Amino acid sequence: MSVALVLVEHEGGAIKDATLSAVTAASQLGEVHALVAGQGVGAVADAAAKIAGVTKVHVADDAAYGHNLAENVAPVAAAIVKDHCDYLVAPATTTGKNIAPRVAALLDVMQVSDILSVEGPDTFTRPIYAGNAIATVKSSDAKKVLTVRGTAFAKAPAEGGSGSVEAWSGGGDAGLSSFVGAEIAASERPELTSAKIIVSGGRALGSSEEFHRLIDPLADRLGAGVGASRAAVDAGYAPNDYQVGQTGKIVAPELYVAIGISGAIQHLAGMKDSKTIVAINKDEDAPIFQVADIGLVGDLFKLVPELTEKL
Amino acid sequence: MKILVPVKRVLDYNVKPRVKADGTGVDLANVKMSMNPFDEIAVEEAIRLKEKGAATEIVAVSVGPAKAQETLRTALAMGADRAIHVQTDDEVEPLAVAKILKAIADEETPGLVILGKQAIDDDSNQTGQMLAALLNWGQGTFASKVEVDGSSVNVTREVDGGLETVKLSTPAIVTTDLRLNEPRYATLPNIMKAKSKPLAAKTPGDYGVDTAPRLTITNVVEPAKRSAGIKVGSVDELIAKIKETGVIA
Ligand SMILES: Cc1cc2nc3c(=O)[nH]c(=O)nc-3n(C[C@H](O)[C@H](O)[C@H](O)COP(=O)(O)OP(=O)(O)OC[C@H]3O[C@@H](n4cnc5c(N)ncnc54)[C@H](O)[C@@H]3O)c2cc1C
Ligand SMILES: Nc1ncnc2c1ncn2[C@@H]1O[C@H](COP(=O)(O)O)[C@@H](O)[C@H]1O
Repeated sequence: MSVALVLVEHEGGAIKDATLSAVTAASQLGEVHALVAGQGVGAVADAAAKIAGVTKVHVADDAAYGHNLAENVAPVAAAIVKDHCDYLVAPATTTGKNIAPRVAALLDVMQVSDILSVEGPDTFTRPIYAGNAIATVKSSDAKKVLTVRGTAFAKAPAEGGSGSVEAWSGGGDAGLSSFVGAEIAASERPELTSAKIIVSGGRALGSSEEFHRLIDPLADRLGAGVGASRAAVDAGYAPNDYQVGQTGKIVAPELYVAIGISGAIQHLAGMKDSKTIVAINKDEDAPIFQVADIGLVGDLFKLVPELTEKL
Repeated sequence: MKILVPVKRVLDYNVKPRVKADGTGVDLANVKMSMNPFDEIAVEEAIRLKEKGAATEIVAVSVGPAKAQETLRTALAMGADRAIHVQTDDEVEPLAVAKILKAIADEETPGLVILGKQAIDDDSNQTGQMLAALLNWGQGTFASKVEVDGSSVNVTREVDGGLETVKLSTPAIVTTDLRLNEPRYATLPNIMKAKSKPLAAKTPGDYGVDTAPRLTITNVVEPAKRSAGIKVGSVDELIAKIKETGVIA
């Protein structure tokens, strides 16, 4: 039976949801092993072993892996895949996208990025051209490296597995890079890629103050995550990690509320698989209305406060 | 320090891609093509580093058909010093592009290679990371800030949770994100000047790289279409409709 190694993404001792989607994709390919790389990650490895379907966890515990530096982690993944596995499966998060291609090159294989489905042991579908086309891709490489679009695969149950845990040693610091620091926004709000409801604001908000004055209370009312268009992020109304789209985050909540967003293809690429899309825009011909289930034409500065109040 | 900037010619980002009826791909006949937007940002960053005195020469590289020369001329008009065109009519996958770029980096010994984070046609987001692996260099992907400091470079990266900064010893790889800078437009005099800047013509064979694809695209289809829904006339109606979906009570 084939073996697929899942690159486990974790933060602050907790396994990220995107990993669970990657496990589901991996389980369609064969037996699922997991790689937990980091510093002081014993508990994370134990948690990974409990994910339903995971039969073995390789733990690489070393200061060199503490900040997911691709230069240090990729050789570990490549070595394990080389000796024991047929696939590397990574979530298509910024961490996965940073590390997986480096592994692929070390193994001399072409990565299949951002897969939407597993059609067979070597065949996958993936979006190209900002999701305006879906390609079916067949890999002829002996080992395969895949990144997985989280919204396309259900999350594997975090409990129910009883995998073995095995320490991996070797590797260490490649001496090419070091971690300097991070500005990670702590938020009480649900994370975008797993939020049930998302409220997103666009350029029309006009300033950071107005963005927060109008979008935040509405999101609070709905218990929603907050997103933004590229234009709103570029203008500094919202931080970079809010960006939804082709080159930002891909989301598919049950409800996506687009406020003052025109609906450029690059934005639609990130949210058009949402279950219900609501749009508020003063331009009745805005392209966002072509994908919106429920549209309201009018001035957001009047409509959004009213909506927040009446909810 | 020399900077190498790989640039790809892609369908212009303003053009809506049309899937060919026979399922072989996206129709690129008679549509506007441009430099990949992330590569414009890469060229701009290289120029700024040169203007600051941190770089001495900028070499633009493109792997692609004859028309890729137009993209290289654009890079030269923006401010690159010379260009290398690796001509092929085949689709070249990121792994093979990375191998060609490795061979060029071995010859040119740049201090930095600045690539786009993603080509907006294949949306692969791989080439820079692969090149970093092949060269065994550090990689600062999805950069929103690049600071060269002697023999190292600090790269601030756009990550899922916010921003992260890594320090890489040079030579190193950087891939650009949208917020790194706003690319300049080439001025008419610079477009004229670019015509006489050196452009070397090469082939993948010159670098000993086999570009045979590892992936076969067996079918390309349009995604399931979302049909436009309804428009409501008031906030009350909007709330009622949202409630019908059951997401909120
Ligand atoms: C390489 C590349 C990658 C990109 N990646 C992304 C991406 O990942 N995500 C993304 O979002 N974009 C991305 N873009 C940008 C994209 O092309 C658009 O420029 C962007 O999405 C526009 O943002 P917007 O809708 O907020 O602004 P605009 O297009 O300016 O739209 C503003 C909208 O607000 C409406 N409006 C104005 N005032 C009011 C009011 N008072 N009340 C109600 N409505 C009002 C207007 O009618 C308009 O429809 C990318 C572009 C490129 C080139
Ligand atoms: N054919 C090519 N010629 C030159 N550069 C390329 C080519 N393909 C990819 N690149 C570079 O690699 C980056 C990422 O591309 P990709 O991995 O295909 O998403 C692009 O932004 C370019 O900088």
